[in-house]
Amino acid sequence: MTNQLYFDKTHEMIRKALRDFVNKEINPHVEAWEKQKIAPLHDLFKKMGDLGFLGIRFDPKYGGQGLDYWHDLVFAEEMGNIDAAGISMAITVQTHMATPAIAQFGSEYLKETYLSKAISGEMVSAIAITEPGAGSDVSALATTAVKQGDHYLLNGSKTYITNGTQADFLTLLARTSDDPGYHSFSLFVVPTDLPGFSVSRKLDKLGMHASDTAELFFDDMRIPAENLIGKEGEGFIYQMGQFQHERFVTLPLVYVSSKRIIDMTLEHLRSRIVFGKPLIKRQVLRHRLADWLTEIECLKSLTYHIINMKMAGLDVTKEVSMGKLVAGRLGHKVADGCLQMYGGLGYMAEMPISRAFRDSRLISIGGGADEVMEEIIARMEGF
Amino acid sequence: MDVLVLLKQVPSTESIIEIAGDGVSIKTDDLKWVINPYDELAVEEALRLREAHGGTVTILTVGREKAAEAIRTALAMGADKGVLVSDPVLEGCDPLCTAKVLAAAAKEIPFDLIIAGQRAVDDDAYMVGSAVAEALGIPSITMVIKEEISENRIQCQKTIDGGVAVVEAPLPALITTQRGLNEPRYASLPGIMKAKKKPLDSKTLADLGLDPQTFTAFKMKIVALNPPPERKGGQVVEGETAQEKARELVRILHEEAKVF
Repeated sequence: MTNQLYFDKTHEMIRKALRDFVNKEINPHVEAWEKQKIAPLHDLFKKMGDLGFLGIRFDPKYGGQGLDYWHDLVFAEEMGNIDAAGISMAITVQTHMATPAIAQFGSEYLKETYLSKAISGEMVSAIAITEPGAGSDVSALATTAVKQGDHYLLNGSKTYITNGTQADFLTLLARTSDDPGYHSFSLFVVPTDLPGFSVSRKLDKLGMHASDTAELFFDDMRIPAENLIGKEGEGFIYQMGQFQHERFVTLPLVYVSSKRIIDMTLEHLRSRIVFGKPLIKRQVLRHRLADWLTEIECLKSLTYHIINMKMAGLDVTKEVSMGKLVAGRLGHKVADGCLQMYGGLGYMAEMPISRAFRDSRLISIGGGADEVMEEIIARMEGF
Repeated sequence: MDVLVLLKQVPSTESIIEIAGDGVSIKTDDLKWVINPYDELAVEEALRLREAHGGTVTILTVGREKAAEAIRTALAMGADKGVLVSDPVLEGCDPLCTAKVLAAAAKEIPFDLIIAGQRAVDDDAYMVGSAVAEALGIPSITMVIKEEISENRIQCQKTIDGGVAVVEAPLPALITTQRGLNEPRYASLPGIMKAKKKPLDSKTLADLGLDPQTFTAFKMKIVALNPPPERKGGQVVEGETAQEKARELVRILHEEAKVF
């Protein structure tokens, strides 16, 4: 068991607890959630919070488990076993996308009021960066937060926001100065129960159907000044750091779910007889599967290398960008290729492979598109 | 209220079981091991009793050293301590011999109630729980789906063929679990971290004052293991019309399947 090189008995117990939970409390419901185009996140997160699953790395002072990156990896790998990527995305928004900046830069008040409730599952969170006019070019953000005494006046809109229709708070990036450059933005915790907030639309998507995605609107919304995360003007820098957690978590999600897709496809190939032989005997298909398994192993090895780097306190921006780039492409290559092996059956909307194909397309876009990853890698290589 | 849970580690019910070369045991190399599902109900019931009445929950296991993992899982669910009796001479020991060892170990642990699974899903013997009660001279109530404790007595609902019986006994007593008794909780992450520090005693037969020599000849031994017959493929009934198909189906049921 190569796993024993990296994981001890405690890791394995945590893995088993997570897997049991996914198999009993999540996977039996994903078909229904896919149809409803939303999952009951308050209910699900409360259950996960009660079991201590939502704060693996966070400080025990706020209800976290205070464990290291290897434990965090076990969590992310097991989320890859969820039958609908829309659900693993909703969960990892809560654990890896909307909360790391609060934990790292937030005040005691923000950690006690919001982080602890995200960890316990009493609150659902969302990360609000993208706007109708600003995606990969984060510096083009137009949502403004103007300081007025004891509050900021928030105006603007955010779009493609995962968990957006049910979030209790948003971790939101807004412009706090008209000056050009990266020090004109600030990160806020925005409670969605304040006047001036509205969900303008629930968006219909190609995939990730079990996850609700929203367009949000802020009209003269008064955000208490104490809801500013860290220092004013540093939000862009904080968010670039938070993005590293978001991008990182896609790596294990992809190599675990891709391996599952291949295992599922293998069952089909063994039982499907074409021209007198099971499909699995066809060399062309066998070799394709072998190629994908090889790439999955490479992505997994890069991930473990990144964990070692994180444990040593090194900057992982370049490696995470490379991993996210590989993961995005590998995820939809495997889903697309496996769908091909299913033939017409795979094209049927209710087939899990069809869902995997729809869901996998997002990885190359969300959390920073492939082209952004390539630009980061190029810059960090010095050209 | 001190509760003692008898727990066995068994291959996961999702494992693919293959018979070993000797024909009387199974290949264990690639198996995943879990708490026997009926014993998981026992752990849950014990934890609920402790929550209601206070006291302790102790897990007692006879098995290989690997079985410590199953005890740790029960500790992660919330049990207080574990005892593992492991001894090379117990390899291949039959249900009555297991019960004898469990009873000897139970005598050293204070308890008001023992909860055991109705059976282990690997050998399906259904014997150990009642045999332990017999060896300890305490009443046993099997197949329990509900229990209530008051004034040193336990009243249980147990399944019987086609119905439910209500049975009562004085404590200390032993009960065995039936599906429906409860829904076992998940091991929580803080529970897992705490379980690492909970006491788990390892004991040998000698530690229990038992003579290993008396455990060499078991009363029962497995003579052969056979896998269940492989499921045959289905059969499509041929025919032009529904009537023809029905006639053909009746013929097959009568002549080939011989159901009437």
